[in-house]
Amino acid sequence: MTGTSKPSLRDHRSRAGGTAAESFDLTETRKGSDSSSPGSQPQGGQRDSTLKIVIVDESPIRAAILEDGLREAGFTQVQRIAETHNLLARVYAIDPDVILIDLESPSRDMLEQMFQMSRAVKRPVAMFVDQSDSASIQAAVDAGVSAYIVGGLKKERITSILDLCISRFNAFARLQGELDQAKDALADRKVIDRAKAVLMKVKKMSEEEAYAMLRKTAMNENKKIAEIAQSVLTAAEMFK
Amino acid sequence: MSAGKLRIGYIPLVDAAALIVAVDLGFTAAENLDIELVREVSWSNVRDKLNIGLFDAAHLLAPVSVSSSLGIGHVRVPIVVPFNLGLNGNAITLSPRLYSALSGLADGDIADPKVSALALARVVAERKTRNAEPLTFGMTFPFSHHNYQLRYWMAAGGVDPDEDVRLVVLPPPYMVESLTSGHVDGFCVGAPWNSVAVDAGIGRILHFGCEIQARMTEKVFGVRESWAIEHPDTLAAMIRALSAAANFAEAPENLAAVSTAIAGRLGVTPELVGRALTGNMKVAADGHLRLNGRYLNIGKNGAARPDPVQAAWIYAQIVRWGQAPLADESLKLAQAVFRPDLFDAAVGAPQPLGPDEPGDGIGAFIGPAFNPADIAGHLMYWRIKHPGRPRLSLVR
Repeated sequence: MTGTSKPSLRDHRSRAGGTAAESFDLTETRKGSDSSSPGSQPQGGQRDSTLKIVIVDESPIRAAILEDGLREAGFTQVQRIAETHNLLARVYAIDPDVILIDLESPSRDMLEQMFQMSRAVKRPVAMFVDQSDSASIQAAVDAGVSAYIVGGLKKERITSILDLCISRFNAFARLQGELDQAKDALADRKVIDRAKAVLMKVKKMSEEEAYAMLRKTAMNENKKIAEIAQSVLTAAEMFK
Repeated sequence: MSAGKLRIGYIPLVDAAALIVAVDLGFTAAENLDIELVREVSWSNVRDKLNIGLFDAAHLLAPVSVSSSLGIGHVRVPIVVPFNLGLNGNAITLSPRLYSALSGLADGDIADPKVSALALARVVAERKTRNAEPLTFGMTFPFSHHNYQLRYWMAAGGVDPDEDVRLVVLPPPYMVESLTSGHVDGFCVGAPWNSVAVDAGIGRILHFGCEIQARMTEKVFGVRESWAIEHPDTLAAMIRALSAAANFAEAPENLAAVSTAIAGRLGVTPELVGRALTGNMKVAADGHLRLNGRYLNIGKNGAARPDPVQAAWIYAQIVRWGQAPLADESLKLAQAVFRPDLFDAAVGAPQPLGPDEPGDGIGAFIGPAFNPADIAGHLMYWRIKHPGRPRLSLVR
């Protein structure tokens, strides 16, 4: 896949001719980013802290979790963009090396415009351009994140960022799941309490007896207690 | 995954009609297909999930099926198109302010794209003389007919879309909001978004896409070439289901059922969907209507059968606007994406097209008849310096 896509990118570049000044030649871009960090360390070392990373995510909590993770890992130049207004202009102004974007954000299509010849400042490359590591691409998509990477960065340097991103996105999803579960449990609890109150009043039962009745019915009907409780409330509403 | 179980990605737009009707009104079930329609938020997601195999098939921008197969701007994944989800369906909408500016400078009926394109050139020139910000237009994706139709129209009047105005990608749901905020002065998008802007009183529909080009394959049903080869029977069943759904969707007596099914997936009113399906569009907030039976064709006028001429046209636009260099090999690959043979094998030989259909299969409002065997000639034509038509920067 890579083999077939890269020559075509090169074709664009050679054809672009007159726009060489803002060329997106992969090698030139690499030179550019290297010269901006003179005396660079061996790859994978200190130099990574100079990578400019932009996070585009409409979820402020998830973006914060990701930013924290990146900072802990030593990346100091991390910026978040939550607003999608003028997204491209803002991305150009920051001129990042890596852009991480939530796959659920419709603004992803705006970033695709960066691939257009007449616009590019530094030419970004979507993570998907290199399909040699399909497992990590799959993991990223499953986690709900995509990355755009300025050409010329070594793959290993990106992998660590992407792995971190995937794990933070997954952690966020787990937290979200637990939160939803807790909310559901709380809602169930309220329904059950109200159903118990109805039974206690109508059938002159104690709280324990009311709960035992709900539980027994649920077991007999192979349903959740909350579902039975909801039926009790619905019926009570109809008999009002 | 059983042979008949498919995951299909789509973007909530009226032009996904054949797909939505096929699934929601029982046409895929009748073919023993079990379809999961997955709503997506961006064309990039649809393309990538199709590419890496998370989707078996997708509702695709026709130009994406070509760019993906050629590996332009992205990883190369060969796609085949055995079924068109429809012809046309876009419209160009302007802010009321820009619309009245154009009207004021129009030399003739502004509903004629030749007239409006020249009027736009005058507005652009006038803005330059007073150093005003360039006009900004929204479109949905770099590889889309929204992009190409805007460019084709502007360039015809002498406006260079890369030099004289700004074109920005905007997800369809953001179009209306961006027009309201003044972030864009106009846009080209599919249904229902033009109508949403009109109803909100913040946009006026200037042209239907079919007034720019009479026949334009807008969205396609695309699958990976490798998938098509591995699942010929499932694919044929899917084409039959889509074809039956497309025919059903065109029958006037089914309008209510079809509009309701689509509206349910889009989260809008059936009335809004019905405007696009019937081509009877409210173009201005005052209720002014314009009827064009070509606005969006799903099952009629041979809309569903893939036509390699359309793929060649897409490739010509890709080259014209500098997204890829011209190469015979690429043209051949592009044309091979559209597969009338698969369509015919599944549903039988096509009806001949009616006498009103354009002879070149495109029917552009200006320019020579399109000849897919002579893309270079097509591009040459647009290089000629007509009076009031400056050199286009990307066509050298």
